[in-house]
Amino acid sequence: MEQVAALLRSKDRQPIRFLVVDDSIFARKNLSKMVEAFGGRVAGEAGDGCTAITEYSRTLPDIVLMDIIMPNMEGIEAADRIMRMHPQARIVMVSSVGFQENIIAALQKGARHFVQKPVKPEILYDVIKYVMGEDVTTTIEVATGAAL
Amino acid sequence: MRLDLIQPFINAADAVLAQSLACTTRVSTVSMEEQIYRRRGIAAIVTMKGDIEGRIVFDLDSATAVRVASALAGSELPESDGMVHETICELANQVIGNAITTLNDQGFHFRVQPPQVHTAELGLGSSEDTEALVMCFDTPSGSVFMNIALRFPKFNA
Repeated sequence: MEQVAALLRSKDRQPIRFLVVDDSIFARKNLSKMVEAFGGRVAGEAGDGCTAITEYSRTLPDIVLMDIIMPNMEGIEAADRIMRMHPQARIVMVSSVGFQENIIAALQKGARHFVQKPVKPEILYDVIKYVMGEDVTTTIEVATGAAL
Repeated sequence: MRLDLIQPFINAADAVLAQSLACTTRVSTVSMEEQIYRRRGIAAIVTMKGDIEGRIVFDLDSATAVRVASALAGSELPESDGMVHETICELANQVIGNAITTLNDQGFHFRVQPPQVHTAELGLGSSEDTEALVMCFDTPSGSVFMNIALRFPKFNA
């Protein structure tokens, strides 16, 4: 077990709220376990881009973790649509498909960062801190599993 | 078979399995599939279209699939648990995603479909324009088979 400081929103010291978007239940479950180990809370989940858009409007999360290859609507298009409706959205693309064209396309649509699968918890932790910027603070240390 | 185009799949499978299972892996066998492919247990299939076309099947016998899924879930899963299939699909997704990242950055362009549970007993074998290769990765949880049947229209034209 590795010890990391829990991440909280600096404005109210409440857990960071996440929307986890991935067509794989396994991937959603693993990402949820990771962000909860960082002190975060899963506000919603979606299995495709269309659902992600409605779930974003419903939950207004602090961060979206968005897969790219999904049925119905892929992650880059969903990110684009969310950013048009909610320009303040913080979207992190999380995908095994990490070639440059995809990353550039996602960043052009407004995504803040890209994390390649399989996700290493320590990398996701750093990315969350980076993307939250001044809106995140840390608190007492919590335990996180390393083999997610 | 263009082995330089297959190598990224081998490297990706090795890296993803090693990281996910926190172990070392070893490629024990690599062979051309002369016969029609026969599913071993729990399998996921990913199809691709573009400069490289075909399909890849990620296949584990049932006991190995349960051990792998349980290791990743952090608790024992029964074979009947849908998470076992989900886990194998996601592993396939990660292996193939990492491989096509490498190939795309080398200039090959193609699209992949999300992985699906493969239930057919028989699949494609080799043919004049579709070569199939099967490789076995040894892990502490058991053997993981990757069956690759690809054709390269860009080179065959």
